[in-house]
Amino acid sequence: MGKLIIKEKEVVVPGDDLAEGMDYLPGNGTYRDGEKIVASKLGLASVDGRAVKIIALSGQYSPKRGDTVIGKVIDVTINGWRFEINCAYSSMLSMKDATSQFIQRGADLTQYYNIGEWVTATITNVTSQKLIDLTMKGPGLRKLVGGRIIKVSPSKVPRIIGKMGSMVTMIKTQTNCRITVGQNGLIWLQGEPKDEILAAETIKKIESESHISGLTEKIEAFLKQKTK
Amino acid sequence: MSYKKRFDKRELDQTRPMEAKAGVIDRADGSAYFKIGNTEAYVAVYGPRNLHPRFLQDPEKGVLRVNYNMMPFSGSGERVRPGLSRRSREISMVTKNALLLTLDLKEFPNSVVDVFVELPQTDAGTRCAGICAASMALADAGIPMKEMVSAVSVGRVDDKIVVDLGYAEEAYEDGPVADVPIAVLSRSQKFSLLQMDGEISKDDLKKGLEMGRKACKEIHELQRKALKDKYSTGDKK
Repeated sequence: MGKLIIKEKEVVVPGDDLAEGMDYLPGNGTYRDGEKIVASKLGLASVDGRAVKIIALSGQYSPKRGDTVIGKVIDVTINGWRFEINCAYSSMLSMKDATSQFIQRGADLTQYYNIGEWVTATITNVTSQKLIDLTMKGPGLRKLVGGRIIKVSPSKVPRIIGKMGSMVTMIKTQTNCRITVGQNGLIWLQGEPKDEILAAETIKKIESESHISGLTEKIEAFLKQKTK
Repeated sequence: MSYKKRFDKRELDQTRPMEAKAGVIDRADGSAYFKIGNTEAYVAVYGPRNLHPRFLQDPEKGVLRVNYNMMPFSGSGERVRPGLSRRSREISMVTKNALLLTLDLKEFPNSVVDVFVELPQTDAGTRCAGICAASMALADAGIPMKEMVSAVSVGRVDDKIVVDLGYAEEAYEDGPVADVPIAVLSRSQKFSLLQMDGEISKDDLKKGLEMGRKACKEIHELQRKALKDKYSTGDKK
């Protein structure tokens, strides 16, 4: 019978032993060394059934299929657009995935999305060589006009969204801002300038205090006091 | 027989006082600080990010780039000429090789991880301090690695085998001196750096390496603690 060496939600460092025995399986951020399962990343250890995995606490965004991200057009090619999505690799949006409108053959693609413009899009595929395909066909995927973009650590994104989007909904209603959170750590805000500033400040606060339990209540109090 | 007691009254197998901290540079993806005696190293890690020029890209795995730099005022008097030197390029290379053994960059094809090692104050053992800090900074940056790397110098001063030589010991004049910087992987206990300056007998070297391993264990505990502290008490700042 295998045994667990660490406690659930304990911070582990690369090279730390997590579990012993063949009935545990190495999950994300871990590897097997003989009988043992060893951490290969810094993060929180977590046991999910038989699998032991690591929830990363730091690091850059790694693109995954199905993620909704915010990106900036960096190039317009013959059949689509190239986007920068806050990671080491750029991504492609092809013409047929871009819009439900009919695009005339040989049309100037910059009239749809021009260089420097921001959009929300979903990742449809990531290859082993990290070629990333995007689509903009889906609910809520659109060009982002106006507003401002702020950057947060991608590992803090789940905290900013909250359980079932509770946190971000609260910020939206309290600050009267339109907010879109990308999985890649980019957040778009739009509203009155002073509201935007408040929303950005709140998000930065969540990012720096993400480890505190009962954060939602704390942020609620913070917002109430600021909007008074 | 004249070198009986160490200049700073340490035991033969004792390192200088150490200090480690993770997450010291906000805008970097990962960073760390390591101090041993009067030698201080700051390391910032950026990436994985796009690599240019493109001919340097490797489609099979990410590339690691290390830049070792002693600050102009860091030495013990003489100004260190800024910029690359033969020495700094060599140390950049050995640091890279010492770290590359544990890093897993297969997930980041065609990209680069940049490691900047900066030394504001030096008193021997800079490459070791740099490796210790770099290993922590890479972990802090969330880059997958099999194990941590700890490094220390061992060697011989006159007829004594010692750990972690200070500059005064390296420059000891009344007898032969050997300075052997080593880096040890935390789990497998393999050596990923082994250089030597001076002369030492085979038996003495073996004895020194074992003492070095013991010191590295201590350093590894310190590195672990620094990384855990950063995340247990919350985030940077």
